[in-house]
Amino acid sequence: MFVINCPYCGERDQSEFSCGGEAHIVRPKQPTELSDDEWAEYLFMRKNIKGVQFERWNHAHGCRKWFNMVRDTSNDKIHAVYKMGEKPPVI
Amino acid sequence: MTKYRINKTRFVDQTKTVSFTFDGKKYHGFEGDTLASALLSNGIHLVGRSFKYHRPRGIMSCGSEEPNAICQINDNTDLTEPNARATEIELYEGLKASSQNCWPSLNFDIGGINNLIATFIPAGFYYKTFMWPKSFWKKIYEPLIRLSAGLGKSPTQPDPDIYDHKHEHCDVLVIGGGISGIISAKIAAKNNLKTILIEDKNILGGSTIYQNNKNFIIDNQKSNEWLMNEISELEKLDNLIIKTRTSLAAFHSYNYLLAKENISDHLPLDKKNGSIRQRLWKIRADKVIVAAGAIERPLIFNNNDRPGIILANSVKKYLDFYGVSTGLNNIIFTNNDSAYETAVSLFEKGISVKIVDIRKKSSSNIVKNADDLGIKIYWNSTVVNTFGYKKIKSIEIMNLSEDGSNVTGNKHKIQCDCLSISGGWTPMVHMHTQSGGKLDFREIDQVFVPTEKSENHINVGSCNGDFELEEIVKNTNNKVKKFLNINEGGFDKISVFCSKESEKKNIWLLPNTISESKTKSFIDFQNDSTAKDIKLALREGFKSIEHVKRYTTTGMATDQGKLSNMHALGIIADTAGVKMGSLGTTTFRPPFTPLTFGAIVGRSVGKFFDIVRKTSIHEWHVQNNAKFENVGQWKRPWYYPINNENLHEAVQRESKAARDSAGILDASTLGKIDIQGSDASEFLNRVYTNAWLKLGIGKCRYGLMLNEDGMVYDDGVTTRLGENHYLMTTTTGGAANVLSKLEDYLQTEWPELDVYLTSVTDHYSTASICGPNSKKILKKLFPNKDFSDEAFPHMSYQDAIIDKIECRIMRISFTGELSYEINVESKYGKSLWENCIAAGEEYKITPYGTETMHLLRAEKGFIIVGQDTDGTMTPIDLQMDWIVSKKKYDFIGKRSLYRSDTMREDRKQLVGLLTDDPNEILEEGAQIVSELDKKPVEMIGHVTSSYFSPNLNKSIALAVVKGGKKMNGQKLFVPMENKNINVTVSDFIFLDKENKRINA
Repeated sequence: MFVINCPYCGERDQSEFSCGGEAHIVRPKQPTELSDDEWAEYLFMRKNIKGVQFERWNHAHGCRKWFNMVRDTSNDKIHAVYKMGEKPPVI
Repeated sequence: MTKYRINKTRFVDQTKTVSFTFDGKKYHGFEGDTLASALLSNGIHLVGRSFKYHRPRGIMSCGSEEPNAICQINDNTDLTEPNARATEIELYEGLKASSQNCWPSLNFDIGGINNLIATFIPAGFYYKTFMWPKSFWKKIYEPLIRLSAGLGKSPTQPDPDIYDHKHEHCDVLVIGGGISGIISAKIAAKNNLKTILIEDKNILGGSTIYQNNKNFIIDNQKSNEWLMNEISELEKLDNLIIKTRTSLAAFHSYNYLLAKENISDHLPLDKKNGSIRQRLWKIRADKVIVAAGAIERPLIFNNNDRPGIILANSVKKYLDFYGVSTGLNNIIFTNNDSAYETAVSLFEKGISVKIVDIRKKSSSNIVKNADDLGIKIYWNSTVVNTFGYKKIKSIEIMNLSEDGSNVTGNKHKIQCDCLSISGGWTPMVHMHTQSGGKLDFREIDQVFVPTEKSENHINVGSCNGDFELEEIVKNTNNKVKKFLNINEGGFDKISVFCSKESEKKNIWLLPNTISESKTKSFIDFQNDSTAKDIKLALREGFKSIEHVKRYTTTGMATDQGKLSNMHALGIIADTAGVKMGSLGTTTFRPPFTPLTFGAIVGRSVGKFFDIVRKTSIHEWHVQNNAKFENVGQWKRPWYYPINNENLHEAVQRESKAARDSAGILDASTLGKIDIQGSDASEFLNRVYTNAWLKLGIGKCRYGLMLNEDGMVYDDGVTTRLGENHYLMTTTTGGAANVLSKLEDYLQTEWPELDVYLTSVTDHYSTASICGPNSKKILKKLFPNKDFSDEAFPHMSYQDAIIDKIECRIMRISFTGELSYEINVESKYGKSLWENCIAAGEEYKITPYGTETMHLLRAEKGFIIVGQDTDGTMTPIDLQMDWIVSKKKYDFIGKRSLYRSDTMREDRKQLVGLLTDDPNEILEEGAQIVSELDKKPVEMIGHVTSSYFSPNLNKSIALAVVKGGKKMNGQKLFVPMENKNINVTVSDFIFLDKENKRINA
């Protein structure tokens, strides 16, 4: 079980958080302009990489804030956490 | 004192006798004994039958690796425990133990016939044999296999014991209380680090504590005496918690560890009462030092499983720790020096001992010591067979060929009553690998050792592959200093003198004169897999160690292959001609030793299993005989039977009353979200499918919420309380998820919106009154209020006061009747409800539960999200096109409604179903077909809701059917087990299609 450094609350047990999947997938501003394939790309396609992955996490049993986290899925090392809207760090 | 209790030690108190029973017979041991040592002191070796061949098996080790001596403890139906290791059970007065997997008795076991037909039941026997004929599977094979599966008996009653959980944080956690663990804990604690030391035995000291040999000297004392002093110093340290009887179960990432403490398992029955049985420690440690030790390996040769064949170091522990001799005429069979300590110890106690060593010589001090004592050593020899069915009687040995691949010369038979075996040592790397650590293979003594990479944990002592005393002490001191960043370890100037092993040799499968297929060389003792099973698996094409493991079941018993895994790997490597290091190991998963379910669950049993949510009106429902239904964590009244009514009768009465006069429902459980902010209208406009920008203040609107994939997610009525203030209701079960979803969009996609969300589900209680007389009841409750349709129309809300209590009245309806929902602060819920009941008395107001609510809404064709939808239904599928705005540019899920898949016309669509026999009620979930004769039968849909409507006097159902929109009037079939029910597709609004009742 990880220790996650919530950008608002500090270090807490993983059991307080929920993972929201891949980060930096922006909801298209003009969905109706998109083809089925383009919409499906947004809706369904996720990278699910083994290695360094950018993820969304929610401090569900805490401040309830969403934030982003950079985690290596192969060894669960957390490289960075940062608030929504902040630029992703270069890892 | 029995014949085999030949030694007095400080660890067993021979003045305190403890009586126990084994297989119904009474025996005596002493305080400090384990069940195993007490049995051995009574000369009992035979303690169980093996799993597959039912071969007699004896105690083989003295620790958690024990494969054979697994017993049933207690015989009562609630406390009995199967598969307990006799080597780990501390003896207590009144202990009842029995052997497993034998019938009618341990000494005469019918299953022993399997041993004679062993040739015909090799690895994979089950997979190959029970394939045909197919019809035999259910009636014959499966019951047969189930009969022979498993070892002990499970309890049949609930567990009366109490279990506990405890969270703990520390700077340093040391796993293992042997010499390296003690050194580590002392260094850490002396340097002001909060330290926890856990040890699975009841006393510290590991195997050094009974070493007592002149060849092992630390600071001019025998190693055991030196360690004894260290332990007494350790116990004085303030910032050190020592937890004995505590075994590590799991080592998770980020140094999160689980350890199980046995608190009362070792106490006599009369002293256990009321105390906690086991405690699961959940430890978050800054640094972890693993000092888990090593386990001695057996040797693999023909008939190596007889009672009386025991690991050499265990023989030593029984002798020097428990004072028990495992035999009076001992032979030691070894490939390394450590077994010579056992030999010297046996010799010193006056027990006859001979040594068979596969090596050609060894020049170490301990071997010289044994030689000087005149102990006979057969060099370059191997055991080729053993004799004695229920206890070993003799062995045959032969010389090894030059390269060790074969045997030469004549067989030589030697008598014995105990054979001590040692195949070297396996470091316990389980903890290291559980935490994500990798392993290296060390060729010289054929062991996997941890690759040190982590900054947060290290391995010290024999679990790190340091086997010699000097290495252990000095390396532990140096590694721990570096790991904890400490200058002075306290053991820097220590002097250690010990015997050192220079000649090493290992043969995984010892050679024999007879062919392999005729030998029984056991690798996994508990699961009865032999060397030939492994080779068979390889011949049949299995290559991966994980596959061989599963095919042969090697390492899959309750001991998880602690003794067998390395030999299986070694034999695979040798047979396949590859390097063992390249094979890797199987995955070591937690727990290291079996955990009880009780320890895992802790206090979360019975009423603490889950939270129970009750509305403020709950007590009234209880007093009025409500039957309850669980909806999420909520207890909701299901129906209110009168005079022994069953569910059907009560629901018929309740639903008729609601339509004919008045009904009242506790709707407090519906999710409620308070929405405020200058962009609240825009926000609702984006999350619901319909338009929200023009909803007037004081008005209510029904909304449908989709997922981004276009599927219906939730629904409910939202009321505009003010310019920038809304109250949203959600389904009871969906409340938490809807709030999370809305927060997600607000925080991540639309942070520019000025909107605040607050869950107020628990803040308000709701009484929903419906029926043609509801308006009259409301008038009585609120005499000053104008309830005319003009002043208070359908889908609007007004503030009101009742008994000086502020409330909100919403005129909304989920039944199709004229209906009002009154909301008050939760604490006034019961008083409001009682007022309503009193006011409605003259109209025979009838409380109704969820079942009637479901029926009433089904008559009107209103869906329930989660019952009529299942995450694959779009609003179009539900024929709810009317609620999907064509004008809005975007809302959550809109684009998905125009995907080629969601626009298919043959999707499952919501329809009504009427049974040809109006009294026939369909089963919810029943499949629907259009052609009965078609093979295979094509399922075109299923029933989602089904009731008998007392208001229509016929059975009605909602269903989803492929292309159902265009099937109105079409005949379909609902095939059931005994009959086919004829149905006709109908409109799904069965009652009052014109919505006249809403204003009745």
